[in-house]
Amino acid sequence: MSATSKVPLKDGMEGFVSDWASDQRAFKGVPWGKAMMWIFLLSDTFIFSIFLIGYMTARWSTVEPWPNTSEVFALTVNGVSVPLLLIAIMTFILITSSGTMAMAVRSGYQKKRKQAAALLYLTAILGLSFVGMQAFEWSKLIEEGIRPWENPFGARQFGSIFFMVTGFHGFHVSVGVIFLFITARKVLRGDYDTGRRGFFTWQKGRYEIVETMGLYWHFVDLVWVFIFAFFYLW
Amino acid sequence: MAEEGQEHPISTYLWVWLLLFVLSAFSYAVDYVGFQGFTRWTLVLLFMFLKAYFICAVFMHMVWERMALVLGLFIPTFAIVVFIGIMGFESDYTQLSRKVFFDTGKPPTVYAVPHGKEHSKDHLGDEAH
Repeated sequence: MSATSKVPLKDGMEGFVSDWASDQRAFKGVPWGKAMMWIFLLSDTFIFSIFLIGYMTARWSTVEPWPNTSEVFALTVNGVSVPLLLIAIMTFILITSSGTMAMAVRSGYQKKRKQAAALLYLTAILGLSFVGMQAFEWSKLIEEGIRPWENPFGARQFGSIFFMVTGFHGFHVSVGVIFLFITARKVLRGDYDTGRRGFFTWQKGRYEIVETMGLYWHFVDLVWVFIFAFFYLW
Repeated sequence: MAEEGQEHPISTYLWVWLLLFVLSAFSYAVDYVGFQGFTRWTLVLLFMFLKAYFICAVFMHMVWERMALVLGLFIPTFAIVVFIGIMGFESDYTQLSRKVFFDTGKPPTVYAVPHGKEHSKDHLGDEAH
């Protein structure tokens, strides 16, 4: 794509040094949009890290007992209390949506337009069900008297951190769902085959956009892995 | 230099998907079985890092990217480790000051029990920290 293509790229650590020292673009062989998405995701990693570190600080410094999440998030099925049932289902749904997303990226590059669109729609619907379950979980906790400033089961910070962390993650999922629907529609319409210009950026899109969308979606799943471990299981 | 997209066999994705399912089941089992203390934390962290690795490596195609991108994204995250260390010290110190200077001598507050269940004593409070 550029004149540099005559110079063979080095691999491994040598490649790392020469790419960064090349006095041109550091991320070679990567579409611009994808590199930008990665940099955005890095900054988002810092945001979520700060939330989780704030949670750690609050939990380690409080002198009040921390509620037992295993009991707080338990669901009663047929009279039996199953710990963290809803959270486990949400985890499996999000992983499944990550799997369908990965396959959508693949179908896109193979120009299987309808298959890619179907997988994207499926991913979006799975994401939507995740948000729905989170809304259910929120309403359940609010009903039990947990507020950002109050918690009948122990340390108050539990409430603030729960709503802040899962709320911010749920917001990410919701934004992802909206963009998944937009991308799915564009794929189905054949925008990335015909080079139809986008309604907002007025740029011609290619199937790389599906991969960039996928990066965001996998990141949302990745964040959930950490929230699940630190907030729900710790 | 072609800007190539990431295209890999579908079996790779399906295997990783299955693996993530199994790992999630394991981390859920940690809670279900009721491991506590050091065993619990080790297992939770182990399954968490394994899941995070496979999502990044395969679903986000990290293993196939150039080292410039991989390290450009990976190295900055060490700042997070440093920050965790700093705030860990800080929270210990804060808790100590609260215990030393704000202890009113009154009996501790009795909190409600979720769903009216009996507290399992080994998980009540977080005495380790």
